[in-house]
Amino acid sequence: MFWWRRKKSKEKAKERLQLVLAYDRAKLAPGQLESLKSDLLKVLKKYFPADEKRVEIEFEQRGEQVVLIANIPINS
Amino acid sequence: MQARAIVVTSGKGGVGKTTTTANVGAALAREGEKVVVIDVDVGLRNLDVVMGLEGRVVFDLIDVLEGRCKMRQALIRDKRVENLYLLPASQTKDKESLDPKIFRPVVRHLIEDEGFDRVLIDSPAGIEKGFKTAAAPAEGALVVVNPEVSSVRDADRIIGLLEADGVSENRLIINRLRPDMVKRGDMLSVDDIGEILGLRLIGIVPEDEGILVSTNIGEPVALRKEKSAAGAEFRNIAKRIRGEDVPLPDLMAAGGFWSSLRRMLGGR
Repeated sequence: MFWWRRKKSKEKAKERLQLVLAYDRAKLAPGQLESLKSDLLKVLKKYFPADEKRVEIEFEQRGEQVVLIANIPINS
Repeated sequence: MQARAIVVTSGKGGVGKTTTTANVGAALAREGEKVVVIDVDVGLRNLDVVMGLEGRVVFDLIDVLEGRCKMRQALIRDKRVENLYLLPASQTKDKESLDPKIFRPVVRHLIEDEGFDRVLIDSPAGIEKGFKTAAAPAEGALVVVNPEVSSVRDADRIIGLLEADGVSENRLIINRLRPDMVKRGDMLSVDDIGEILGLRLIGIVPEDEGILVSTNIGEPVALRKEKSAAGAEFRNIAKRIRGEDVPLPDLMAAGGFWSSLRRMLGGR
């Protein structure tokens, strides 16, 4: 609410844009990412126990490149 | 820019394509180039009113294509500046009467036979046929973007389509920037937009009431005597297109004491 507490709205705009453009540029619908996630999990489970609920897959802008980041915590 | 046929485009509507076409066209003519600005927005033409030439439209692009008149009869000469011409779109005829195959030779004819140094094509909004037609003859593009998420997203899409269509000499114009809002952190900055779109910048036009006034009157700001920040920048864009080394405006330089203090206290 107050200017000294508020996160600058342009930072939010930039983050949102970078994410939406990552999807646009990859020509991928957000839903497709979910199916990629479940396919990936199927393969992973053959090798080690992955914690399904905590798996995160997303696009990220790294400088010029858009990279696909998979964060897969392993059950021990 | 080497490109003689340049499309002015943005994807999103209402960001200032027509204003940019009119002003950059007028400013290029002021620099001594023989310029024609073409409206390709069949059915929704506006370049004629923005330039104040609506009263002189007799024939249009479609009339030329369908043989009802000669090219010279459709070209409207702007009397305020030498060597500036408008080729209006048709307001009544079918959108379907224009496509890339038909439009390409029109532009080639204007450059090769009519002796124009520069052809500026005002593209319709969108990414459909109208845009494809406008971009077809172009060697370069001026991509107009507002510092706002939807406009930046659409510009990104348009840049991809231009490159896929072989339009290669593309430059970015950031239009309607409000330095006060950028300072406050409530508007994407020039650097943010540049970083996201990765396109070379050729102009930063500040939000300016003078634009609306000039559209009311029908005289491009770039041609008006009244001092206008936007008008001055449009004239500089023309110079940069011609290869002159004119620095981009530093809109942040005018930060007053209170805004600096506020920034210091505000921290993030």
